[in-house]
Amino acid sequence: MSRYLKDRLATYFVFACASMSFLILLAIAIFIFKGGFPAFYEIGFFDFLFGTTWRPNQGTYGILTMIVGSLAVTAGSLILAVPLGISCAILLAEVAPYKVRQVLRPCIELLVGIPSVVYGLVGLILLVPAIRKIGGNGFSVLGASIVLMAMVLPTIISISEDAIRAVPSSYKEGALALGATHWQTIRQVLLPVARSGIGASIVLGMGRAVGETMAMIMVIGNSITFPKSPLDAARTLTGNIAVEINYASGIHESALFATGIVLFFFILFLNSVAVVVLKRGTYDQRIT
Amino acid sequence: MIRKIKRLMFPVAVMLVLVIALAGCAQSAPTTPAPPSPKPPVTTPAPTTTPAPAPPTPKPSPTPTNPSELSGTITEAGSTTVQPVAESIAAAFMSKYPGVKVVIQGGGSGVGVKSAAEGTVDIGAASRELTPEEATKVTPHVLAKDGIAIVAHKSQTVSNLTKAQVADIFTGKITKWSQIGGPDKTIHVIAREEGSGTRAAFEEMVLPKGAVITSNAILQPSNGALRTAVAGDPDAIGFLSFGYLDDTVKAFSIDGIPATVENAKKGTYPIVRPLLFLTKGEPKGIVKEFINFCLGPAGQEIVAKDYIPVN
Amino acid sequence: MTSASLDSSPRQAQASGRPTEKRSAYRLSPKTTQKLAMACIWSGGIVTVLISVIIIGFVLIGGIPRINLDFLLTPPKGGLSGEGGISTVIVSTLFLVIVTIIMLVPVGIGAAIYLAEYAPDNFMTRLIRYAVEVLSGVPSIIFGLFGFALFVTALHFSFSILSGALTLVCLLLPTMIRATEEAIRAVPYSHREGALALGATKWQLISRVLLPSALPGIVTAIILCIGRAIEETACLYVTMGGSAAMPTSLLSGGRTLSLHVFYLAMETRAFEKAMATGAVLIITIIVINFITNWLSNRFQARLRGTN
Repeated sequence: MSRYLKDRLATYFVFACASMSFLILLAIAIFIFKGGFPAFYEIGFFDFLFGTTWRPNQGTYGILTMIVGSLAVTAGSLILAVPLGISCAILLAEVAPYKVRQVLRPCIELLVGIPSVVYGLVGLILLVPAIRKIGGNGFSVLGASIVLMAMVLPTIISISEDAIRAVPSSYKEGALALGATHWQTIRQVLLPVARSGIGASIVLGMGRAVGETMAMIMVIGNSITFPKSPLDAARTLTGNIAVEINYASGIHESALFATGIVLFFFILFLNSVAVVVLKRGTYDQRIT
Repeated sequence: MIRKIKRLMFPVAVMLVLVIALAGCAQSAPTTPAPPSPKPPVTTPAPTTTPAPAPPTPKPSPTPTNPSELSGTITEAGSTTVQPVAESIAAAFMSKYPGVKVVIQGGGSGVGVKSAAEGTVDIGAASRELTPEEATKVTPHVLAKDGIAIVAHKSQTVSNLTKAQVADIFTGKITKWSQIGGPDKTIHVIAREEGSGTRAAFEEMVLPKGAVITSNAILQPSNGALRTAVAGDPDAIGFLSFGYLDDTVKAFSIDGIPATVENAKKGTYPIVRPLLFLTKGEPKGIVKEFINFCLGPAGQEIVAKDYIPVN
Repeated sequence: MTSASLDSSPRQAQASGRPTEKRSAYRLSPKTTQKLAMACIWSGGIVTVLISVIIIGFVLIGGIPRINLDFLLTPPKGGLSGEGGISTVIVSTLFLVIVTIIMLVPVGIGAAIYLAEYAPDNFMTRLIRYAVEVLSGVPSIIFGLFGFALFVTALHFSFSILSGALTLVCLLLPTMIRATEEAIRAVPYSHREGALALGATKWQLISRVLLPSALPGIVTAIILCIGRAIEETACLYVTMGGSAAMPTSLLSGGRTLSLHVFYLAMETRAFEKAMATGAVLIITIIVINFITNWLSNRFQARLRGTN
């Protein structure tokens, strides 16, 4: 085969490979929508989205409780993870000496690599009995939030740290030259300039939290009511899909695919927001 | 920034247009609302089957087939209630016929019915009666009878409940242990997911018609998970297959009758349901051998350890 | 003490004519605020370290004592008793990872080559990049749902290693593309110019110059994907089935290590076995992380050093 022919074939081959990503995305969209559309058609879009009862055996499919469950757990995990994560990011970017960074970074990298089931396992063995002593029966939004916090923390820390490091050093030097203390520099100069990166990290962390499945099934109790307090059990959108997909059929199965559609769009929305927030920040920085 | 949002919106719009077009096609197609799970055409369930050498008689007791001539794989999935006894029987079957591999999985009775009906597995397991609609798709074989025990933490002081009290607890009418003679604590109801045969049998036999389990209940996906949850929570209550009773949980007597296999056999214990093996159509080949083995003396002997045999 | 210092007292400020800030008696001085803030920041770091130590330590301490050759080499006794070891699970995991990588690497490298070398700046390229970005954000349960609808049901592969592997390929493709594209872009431009000057076709340039130079980066990308495949649970939960038996073919079901931890925790009371399996998982991932880091350091050094 002449090398020119090879070159031609290679061009087609790599283009085909690259199109795979687009084709896969298209295929996912097609199958999930095809699967979920009958549910929207039969149950009604608003009845499905805002219905407060999910009892497939009775024929009622409303996922509002699941939406609230997912949001509650995500909000809980962010409330815990954001202050912790930003402090850690500041520590890594500005405050810690080299030796401490050498210790801290591997810890955070390890947290990234742990599978979600292991988080769920630790939650099941350690957190659930502990929360039971406080009140309720242990399977709760609180436990799920703590577990999610540990999973979201590395994302927030690493992206925020990058954002803080990306601030031009002239800003910092100027502030220090004016006599600001280190903390005043961080708080009033570095953090505001890095806020788009930090915002993007929070949004990406939110995306990760909403998409988590296995750890949630293990610690959140999978009940079908609204959680009225952090000690109540709940069910997430992802847990809803995973627990029931193996045996659902007919409209029930379609309703689970429809839950997937809702999830898909929500994550799409979050990711687009993150991209916009991030790009906006760099745009601002380029002006000055 | 507006430009950037516009750049993102365009591909999203393209996707939405495609999707709406597809949805239009999906709607106009005269399919029932279950597109993702097509019913496969009539295929033999077992992926690899060698026909049994000696044609087995339809009686439950098998004619002695040469152990070295059977080979292949049998897959089973479904009820977690049936799972432990199915595994014991499968182990005995595999030691008798070394060429056969029997794979037992869980998932719940709903998975059993669905997988058997679609041919995804050779045998489905269910721990409740079939609905009339399901009975048109799969053939049941009654393996055993099993009681459902109402269980709580082993430190629970209450020992006896009436059937009406059980119904009221699980529908949420009774909320505190003090209302039935126990400590002043809230009752934590733990139940199974909706596809569970144990749950369906419980609902049918204990709850009044039309009543549902309270929506505050914690739902666990298997008998084992439910037992773990109840064993760890002093205020919990749940329902469990007899075969899962052990010393980590305490079973209530219902209307004065203790929850034992003898009472279930005698018929005095009120909550008993059948355990079924389901096949798509009549079983053939090694699947038939296996089912005959289960219903024969060897299999029923294993069943009799924790459940009520039918033969 | 210069008058420009933020620490200056109101009297000095008044003297130099600058507007004075109202300072209440309860306001903390900047030095105190700094001390408090630093304490909070350090405690944030300490809590983070504590969290990772507690989680990893708990699983390792609970699990490692139970890991012995027996545990690794005997098959699990099935879904209930929690007894037995994890031999079939390890085999299933390896089998799954190998099949996934075989399918993932050619497509991933091909796509990365296209994006790095061939792609013109037109609509199609933007669409492809957009797709890669979106795919990397989609949660894995959606991939599971997709795999269930397409591979398990529509293509009738049923619950099998093949379905799981195909689903994993879809899930990991964006990661592989991104990492490989970075590796290819990192090759210095001089390499390309040299090859083209010698009369090479584009494909010869890619296959004989770029890919070999980018090889350490590509290997890092592959190992990264292997690590992610091992820890992936949700999408495999709905496509692989829960069978704990030894897989005999592409179409047999199986369990990965992560799935086994899940089933052990949820269906049996064998928490020690679950922790032992978790410990095996964590150790595997630590080793993979270590190899990845070492390789990427070598890769950086090689590029910086020998040029």
